[in-house]
Amino acid sequence: MVYSFRGGIHPGTHADPGYKAATNTKPIEKLALPDQVILPVSMHIGAPAKPIVSVGDTVDLGQPIAEAGGFVSAPVHATVSGKVTAVEPRLHPNGSKVLSIVIENDGEDRLHESVHPYDFASMSNEERIECIRSAGIVGHGGATFPTHVKIQSGIGKCDTVIINAAECEPYITSDHRLLLERPEEVIGGLKMLADIMGVQNAIIAVEENKSDAFPGIEKLIADDPRLKLYPLKCKYPQGAEKQLINACTGREVPSGKLPADAGCAVFNVDTAGAVYRRFTTGMPVIRRIVTVSGSAIAEPKNLEVRIGTQVEKLIDACGGFKEAPNKLLMGGPMMGVAQFSLEIPIFKGTNAFLAFCGDEDKRVADPQCIRCGKCINACPMHLLPNYMNLYGKKDDLDNALECGVMDCIECGSCAYVCPARIPLVAQFRLTKGKIQAKRAAEKAKADAEKAKAEAEKK
Amino acid sequence: MYDLSKVVVTSSPHIKADDDTRSLMLDVLVALLPALCVAVYTFGPRALVLTVITMVACAVFETIYNKIIGHPNTIGDLSCFVTGMLIAFNVPVSAPWWMLVFGALFGIIIVKMLFGGLGKNFMNPALGARAFMMASWVGLMTTWTQPHASLPLIGTVNVTDAISTATPLASLKAGALPEASLLELFLGQTGGVICETSALALIAGGVYLLWRKVITINIPAAYILTVAVLTFLFPMGDVSRVQWMLSQVLSGGLMLGAIFMATDYVTSPVTPKGQIIFGIGCGLLTVFIRYFGGLPEGVSYSILIMNTLVWAIDKATHPRKFGYALDKKKEAQ
Repeated sequence: MVYSFRGGIHPGTHADPGYKAATNTKPIEKLALPDQVILPVSMHIGAPAKPIVSVGDTVDLGQPIAEAGGFVSAPVHATVSGKVTAVEPRLHPNGSKVLSIVIENDGEDRLHESVHPYDFASMSNEERIECIRSAGIVGHGGATFPTHVKIQSGIGKCDTVIINAAECEPYITSDHRLLLERPEEVIGGLKMLADIMGVQNAIIAVEENKSDAFPGIEKLIADDPRLKLYPLKCKYPQGAEKQLINACTGREVPSGKLPADAGCAVFNVDTAGAVYRRFTTGMPVIRRIVTVSGSAIAEPKNLEVRIGTQVEKLIDACGGFKEAPNKLLMGGPMMGVAQFSLEIPIFKGTNAFLAFCGDEDKRVADPQCIRCGKCINACPMHLLPNYMNLYGKKDDLDNALECGVMDCIECGSCAYVCPARIPLVAQFRLTKGKIQAKRAAEKAKADAEKAKAEAEKK
Repeated sequence: MYDLSKVVVTSSPHIKADDDTRSLMLDVLVALLPALCVAVYTFGPRALVLTVITMVACAVFETIYNKIIGHPNTIGDLSCFVTGMLIAFNVPVSAPWWMLVFGALFGIIIVKMLFGGLGKNFMNPALGARAFMMASWVGLMTTWTQPHASLPLIGTVNVTDAISTATPLASLKAGALPEASLLELFLGQTGGVICETSALALIAGGVYLLWRKVITINIPAAYILTVAVLTFLFPMGDVSRVQWMLSQVLSGGLMLGAIFMATDYVTSPVTPKGQIIFGIGCGLLTVFIRYFGGLPEGVSYSILIMNTLVWAIDKATHPRKFGYALDKKKEAQ
């Protein structure tokens, strides 16, 4: 059986579905250690981490250099050994300058004393979760939600753990190569996560275009009845959390709720791998597999790089640009964030860096909706993108809300299929912002009136 | 250092499908070609000449309009050529060319461009043009010539008794089966407007559109099935139900209307449920007009009437959003 959901799109060409052919047969290559790494204190959702080193300090590989800034936060570790040369704001992939710790590499890769294997079996659940928390593990699929929070809030509520190995974003093959070359890390991590969360149903869900990795996975899951391999239909956005849960279990995460409300906890392939590496070697999150691809890249590759490596080094390793690029992307082409500099560092959630030089974007000057309805058939959330756009443009927020704009997951399926090339997702982001601002203003007004009424009572 | 001077920053997604408005319209034109070929075979080269004149007229009017309001020309999206082709397909082959030019003027300027151009019109421009021509030159719009009659390429046709004929719908209106056999109806060897006659060619075009995913089957299926069921249940006169139903389905503009006119993106609902309601509505109105109306044919007016209800239908048929409970009670909780 092949699992799927309703809606979605099939990017790519007949000869190259998903545009993955450039890198899906290329083994993971280790990138030479960079001269310096830039480690932003915000590589996760939640409170920024707080630096605990200062300029001039010598740090070892795996040494904590910033501690979590709250419960929903994650620590940062040194990804090379060397000297701290700066603690200052540096350009972050989100486009702004974020406090970052810069380490000059001494090339020794001296391990920090805190890095040692753990005995997973003899640890209590609290110890295990603390071990994951202190390793700085976050969702490596791109959302970078701290993993320990997901685990803690899911225990007791979830009966199913799903490893998201859909990798439905076009061009990206880093998860594919990890599954193919190091399945023991992923499956080992899945077992540990199932143990911690105490579930009897642990699924690894993989899109069918990675079937060459199936034999390796099947071998590893054979001895544990909890573990199952679910092949998924190749369709974007198969790896979107809500769609993945729907495909694997038939459940729908209620609007505005979390996957735990549907009894599921979803982890990225590399997150599971990071959990496994943490317990077996003690190593916190220090590296990342990154697919470097796109029409402008001379020699596309899957690279294993230290977190904090500047993107320019990856481009160098891939033979530079074939042609001057017109688009640089952190992440995939559907949901990735456009960049304007190569100085930005690879961070925990970076699964790909793409550079395009062709007309992939196909922007037009004055797009006109022809009401073809293709966006409606493509929407995996079963919304009405054409009407959301129309109402949003007219600032008719109530009607935009009725059509579902707040349920939009911004996957971009509608904008991808739109024959008129309307920038739908950009409009939805604007509309969402306006609705949030309106709600905040209404709440502030209500609070003020309440306070006033109470003051009058007194 | 790398050259980043061309780099732009935009919102995701950063790749798009190949199909655009122009390619979709081109697909519709391609899908209309089989019907045009049958028309040329059945009614002679005059059918082709009239079609080309109308298409050119539509492009010229759209260009002039854009010039006047200072808008970049929009004929590149090819939609005006689809309109032109469909206007020509909706008149008898004996119609004079100047009438088609007036039809094009009305369809393009009044129905489409004055409302804001492609995507903004609430009525199908080709059907609007047809209604306009029916109201203005009813005689010219209802004079039918026999298939394979020899007609001048472009000059005025003098429809003598020798070449005139009645359409199958006229017989059906009177409660009798048409003279033409079902096979002749299917292949289009009967009287009728230029391209409505051959069900086979129109269905072939429809299959092409479905295969290219330009249209979905919702509207044509709902429309044709509704007509089929109603005419099967309520045959007029003392005739075989099946034969009556098939004659009704294969005669007149039903196939052309259901496959090419009712599926016009701009003037049909976008929700799947809405499309089915729209198709059923068109079917009901078509049968009502054919049975009880003053005219033998009701396809064009049925679609025009349903066109005006599209927004209401869309609003009433919002799909159930992902993550919302099936029944309202649960949703409220």
